Amino acid sequence: MSFIRPVFRHPESPKNDLGYTRQYYEGALSTLCAGCGHDSISGAIIQACFELNIEPHRVAKLSGIGCSSKTPAYYLGNSHGFNSVHGRMPSVTTGASLANRKLLYLGVSGDGDTASIGMGQFVHVIRRNLNMVYIVMNNGCYGLTKGQDSATADFGSINKSGSANLFQNIDLVGLALELGATFVGRSFSGDKGHLVPMIKAAMAHNGFAFIDVISPCVTFNNNVGSTKSYDYVRAHMEATSAIDLVPEKEEITTSYAEGSTKLIEMHDHSMIELHKLAEGWDPTDQHSAVQKLQESRNKGEILTGLIYVDTESKDLHDLIETVPQPLNTLTEQDLCPGSGTLERINGEFR
Amino acid sequence: MQQLSAINDLVIRFANVNGTGSASANNMFAKSIFRMGLPVTPKNIFPSNIQGLPTWYEVRVNEHGYLGRRAGVDILVSVNPQSMAKDVASVRPSGYFIYDNTREIDKNLIREDIHYIGVPMIELCRQHFTTDTRSHQLLKNMIYVGALVALLDIEVEVVKGLIADQFRKKEKLIPPNYQALELGIQYIKDHYTYPLGLRLERRNLIGESILIDGNTACGLGAVYAGATVAAWYPITPSTSVVSAFEKYVKRLRKDEETGKNKYAVVQAEDELAAIGMVIGANWNGARAFTATSGPGLSLMSEFLGLAYFAEIPLVLIDVQRTGPSTGMPTRTQQSDLTSAFYASHGDTKQVLLFPSTPKECFDFTADAFDLAERLQTPILIMTDLDLGMNDHMSPPFQWDDKRLYDRGKVLSASDLEGLERFGRYEDVDGDGIPYRTIPGTHPTKGSYFTRGTSRNEMAQYTEDSEPYVRNMDRLVKKWNEAKSHVPAPEFYQEKDKGKQGMIFFGTSTYAALEALDQLEAAGVPMDAMRIRSTPFSDEVRDFIGRHKTVYVVEQNRDAQMRSILVNELDVDPFKLVPVLNYDGMPITAEAITKQVSRTLQSASNGKAYADPQHS
Repeated sequence: MSFIRPVFRHPESPKNDLGYTRQYYEGALSTLCAGCGHDSISGAIIQACFELNIEPHRVAKLSGIGCSSKTPAYYLGNSHGFNSVHGRMPSVTTGASLANRKLLYLGVSGDGDTASIGMGQFVHVIRRNLNMVYIVMNNGCYGLTKGQDSATADFGSINKSGSANLFQNIDLVGLALELGATFVGRSFSGDKGHLVPMIKAAMAHNGFAFIDVISPCVTFNNNVGSTKSYDYVRAHMEATSAIDLVPEKEEITTSYAEGSTKLIEMHDHSMIELHKLAEGWDPTDQHSAVQKLQESRNKGEILTGLIYVDTESKDLHDLIETVPQPLNTLTEQDLCPGSGTLERINGEFR
Repeated sequence: MQQLSAINDLVIRFANVNGTGSASANNMFAKSIFRMGLPVTPKNIFPSNIQGLPTWYEVRVNEHGYLGRRAGVDILVSVNPQSMAKDVASVRPSGYFIYDNTREIDKNLIREDIHYIGVPMIELCRQHFTTDTRSHQLLKNMIYVGALVALLDIEVEVVKGLIADQFRKKEKLIPPNYQALELGIQYIKDHYTYPLGLRLERRNLIGESILIDGNTACGLGAVYAGATVAAWYPITPSTSVVSAFEKYVKRLRKDEETGKNKYAVVQAEDELAAIGMVIGANWNGARAFTATSGPGLSLMSEFLGLAYFAEIPLVLIDVQRTGPSTGMPTRTQQSDLTSAFYASHGDTKQVLLFPSTPKECFDFTADAFDLAERLQTPILIMTDLDLGMNDHMSPPFQWDDKRLYDRGKVLSASDLEGLERFGRYEDVDGDGIPYRTIPGTHPTKGSYFTRGTSRNEMAQYTEDSEPYVRNMDRLVKKWNEAKSHVPAPEFYQEKDKGKQGMIFFGTSTYAALEALDQLEAAGVPMDAMRIRSTPFSDEVRDFIGRHKTVYVVEQNRDAQMRSILVNELDVDPFKLVPVLNYDGMPITAEAITKQVSRTLQSASNGKAYADPQHS
């Protein structure tokens, strides 16, 4: 998007508890198309980090290749970023997390980057329950190469050139649930009120937090007949719930009627507050989540909201029992067994 | 018939069935010779199979210290009926064929020019042991070791010491093994003239040496270098590198109070993910490595290009096997050179190290982590199946307790505090190596964006030609800088002997050194240089420049090292004569001497050099 962003900001723009303004969480100017859903998601990430009082240098943002994977340059300019290779963001993030378990890992990917070339790594990062937020900016098409259908394009969806997709789509939410992902949500780039708390909740999760964000491609997949256009998604969204994330130190003030609210305590003792729960539906119960997803799919609806969360989740570091301090801070004293031990080892080979 | 006669100079081959426990008896045999103070080289020749197929174990003993493979089998121990015909044929004239004569040998397998020594291994087991057949199989192995003790004059107390070591934790197995050993010894004493003319005598030739495989050495090197992350995907023959690393970190790197691990070993879903994890961990300031072989190296190529271009340190241990494609997965070769050196699309060149002993596997692995961080680039250690999976006699490993890890140009929070600006890809020191920062170091300074796309000195995305070219040229500068950091070539003469030279590297060294002695004895003295790394230093260019003909010994079909020398040093290709072996077996001195002699012959007939592939 080629415009000049004004450098001027209101001198009294609000600051968070760390004393940072929202501007401090911004990045470079986006080069995506005007109106791209991805830019709204970048905005939501900025808002979520601002609201959660996150130190930007304690975040590592990683991506693969594609339009979506360009976005880490457009938010959190004070964080380290890594735009890796196509479909391989999960492995790079896994390595980064192994080196330092104390940073917040924010991975973004696209539907091509995740559901096609990166499917293997997506599946396995879920299995390992890597402690990260994994956002798919899902527009059902390959934008950078001019609009080919992706694997998440719905069967029968019409693309810009007018042809209908011949193949079944891959539903990443269903797949993530099936694979045992410990936090699964779906949102829409056009609904910031829904998306920001979802990202905040994902950041509070200990383990793999997956958010599928439907994010219309204004240039190649916003036409009549597309099931990933702004109009179509707005008309077919079925919200399970609205959520809020309440940090540990804040008081919960709920104004909703009894029975329509559920509180979920997260690993870091913050609370997720869910409102307007659908009937017979509990996001801490994987079975009911799978069932609810299937029902919506049969009705042609796009189920959004926090679909499943396991608050007892053990992440990769818990599973492989690494020390609490980051491995990248260990020194010769911690790591090198020394010459005496080596002499004993030599002796075993004589 | 003539009897072979030699002291401490023989090749013995054991023909076994995979999965019958022969490996431990064979290892014990080799180690007993080692403990008699004699240089010994055991080699496993095994199938890509877990149980049932033929497997061989070949041991060369040589008191001159020649540790390469030697063609021709002096003694064959046959315990596999399936391969018997092939095994009989492999024995050199006047050699010995030791077999189980519980059943009579097939008349068609009788050769007039070799000696047959029958030992009723199964029958002896039946008579003396009441245990199950599986135990019989294991004790049978010990019976043939006993037979060899008598035939070759091996010190029985040495073997008993090894049995006691082996079964230290299962003491009740010691008496039956002693008994089986004695049965083998006694049977020979009762039925044959012993010892043979071909026999062993104690010497004091091994000093402080150890007998160890290269993969264990690499794994241990990574432990000492402070590697905290190992990500890998199983592939023969590299698997035991990570197994060794894991074995030692489990023993040496647990937090004493909590029992938590000061390491992470992750078995990835494939080689793509393995190297991705290694890149992510190194990017984030941990020392991380992977180990693989040919097919895995091909898969890792794309990521190696990213690490080269984005300047991320990493260590990759490539235990080469016979290619192309799946090739012969359990046979050796030095045939990944081209794909490793030029790994990835675009203009890339990688730093390669070529260890030739377990000691160098240990040292080079430890050094590779320093080099990777100093140069901010991948370091590929090019070992092979022969070095990696076979035991080799090696000087013991050493570690200087004062040694500190060289983490390279990494800026700390206080460094950043004093800096006015930080450009990730700026050549501040003029050596082509920029400064880097680790995520999370400083709240406001030092963050940057890592990418495989073109960028300027400040790490900002750009498609402008000038910064792209500046960056590519800086990478060349860094490459040249690397020459003074990587292991220098090794020479085997104080002054040049003449105009003929030989170049070799890695496991070809053993056979090459023996071939040099053979050639010298035949009146062809030759200068020699062992290449230990790329980029090549000026010494490599000078050595080629000073000689009229240089033989380049390597274990692949296409003379890959020769091509890289020609490409990198712009030397006259006609000077470099390929000496090749690519049958999957370790190269022998005889093969080198033969090819060199043939070239000398055709040179005197006026031809530039013989083409070994077509002559």
